[in-house]
Amino acid sequence: MYSKKIVIRYTPDIVQQPIIYQFTKKYDLVFNILKARIFPRREGVIVLELTGLKENFDKGIRFLKEMGLHVEPLAKSVSQNTEKCVHCGACTAFCPTGALSFEKPSQKVLFDAEKCNGCELCVSCCPVRAMEINLL
Amino acid sequence: MKKFKVEKTFREINEKIKKGRAVVVTAEEMIDVVEKHGTVEAARKIDVVTTGTFSAMCSSGAFLNLGHTSPRIRASKVWLNDVPAYGGIAAVDCYIGATEVVEGDPLNSVYPGEFNYGGGHVIEDLVSGNVVKLRMEGYGTDCYPARKQEKNININDLRDAFLFNPRNAYQNYSCAVNLSDTTIYTYMGMLRPRMANATYCTSGQLSPLFNDPYYRTIGVGTRIFLGGAQGFVAWPGTQHNPGASRTAKGVPRHGAGTLAVVGNLKEMSPQWLAGASMLGYGVSLYVGIGIPIPILNEEMAMFTAVKDEDIFTEVYDYGMDYPKGAAKAIAEVSYKDLRSGTIVIDGKNIVTAPLSSYYKARQIANLLKEWIEGGKFLLGEPQQTLPSV
Repeated sequence: MYSKKIVIRYTPDIVQQPIIYQFTKKYDLVFNILKARIFPRREGVIVLELTGLKENFDKGIRFLKEMGLHVEPLAKSVSQNTEKCVHCGACTAFCPTGALSFEKPSQKVLFDAEKCNGCELCVSCCPVRAMEINLL
Repeated sequence: MKKFKVEKTFREINEKIKKGRAVVVTAEEMIDVVEKHGTVEAARKIDVVTTGTFSAMCSSGAFLNLGHTSPRIRASKVWLNDVPAYGGIAAVDCYIGATEVVEGDPLNSVYPGEFNYGGGHVIEDLVSGNVVKLRMEGYGTDCYPARKQEKNININDLRDAFLFNPRNAYQNYSCAVNLSDTTIYTYMGMLRPRMANATYCTSGQLSPLFNDPYYRTIGVGTRIFLGGAQGFVAWPGTQHNPGASRTAKGVPRHGAGTLAVVGNLKEMSPQWLAGASMLGYGVSLYVGIGIPIPILNEEMAMFTAVKDEDIFTEVYDYGMDYPKGAAKAIAEVSYKDLRSGTIVIDGKNIVTAPLSSYYKARQIANLLKEWIEGGKFLLGEPQQTLPSV
């Protein structure tokens, strides 16, 4: 079984089509919607956790791209600005997935993008605004 | 008869530093030294113990002399990147406070406010060498005719700039929780309802004043690491309260001592001074401070060997008690527990997170150690130690 979190960006012209339905049905992927938003100009963003066969996953992603959607791994949309981070660790108590944690014994704050679910709680609680999320 | 088995003076230790022969360890390393050799032997071996803290410290700010313009202005009102600075000092002197919010910020009218920019960020921009927009207004006098001046400057254009923080390096600080039913936004960070998390903010065993709990070696004129430069303790900080209740080893259980510190802003670096934005609360400044503690005798060896498990702080409810001004401690916890990531109150496991950086505190202690070992930093003997008990 293969599991990955992805970000899909819609353009206004295809936002009406039931793409996620076709995508998950056709390729037999279990999906968990972590986040979904449609913006005023009707462009949208959806964050999905997908589980299924690697082969089906790859085919599915190709299908989405052929439909004209922009797809990328969630890990690419969230990052820790290491220039700004002061390693206080205020974020570690909020991160629900353990993506942000203290490295022992250095007490440095590490960010594991693969574990992130894009909840953005770290963005709110970071006093130096070191967590950068680009989901829009 | 001598009071102590080991007795050293500031001057003797400074002589050793100058010769590159001083033995320096960090406050973390000192724990092991004392455990292994005992306090007397440790006091013989070790000359200086370095400490460090890096935390958001309100009650910080900088005095700036803007230099005279042509025509001259008596700058009664001053803004730096649209953050108001206090101009009621002299014609072109001002004080930029860390917690001043940029003009026009929606504050908490869109709750919780983001507070993206303020005095702390201006200070960070200045030490980074960034261009800052300076705006001045005066009412016009015969000697200072100009009414308005506006120009872009960087720190080198300022005649003088020194950090002067009235209250830093709090000896101890309470741990915050929220007993109410809604999330609250405080200077102690975001606190989730029904004690879902707890925040705290000192570097515990590495923190300067925990290592000299009665201020035997710290006072006016103590040379310190401040924001990456060499600064000084100027005075006891505001709210300095040596009379706080203490453990048997002298460690205060809450607030207690504070320091007013001063140093040349032009020598400081953004690595050790960073603007902070506390969601729903406001802006502040992260300040890095390190203090060298001379091991004058075995008592100082004992003090500097303090461990997280010997340091306690009180837990307060910021949901109801604290804002009302009727704070009662709901529990007492050790820094060992706080730093483990979980504390237990009334049988409930509560996730903890610091607001201060232990990583940076340790870097500061190590840097200070390097400076002293390299003969680049001499101890400043206080002209007068801080008020104690």
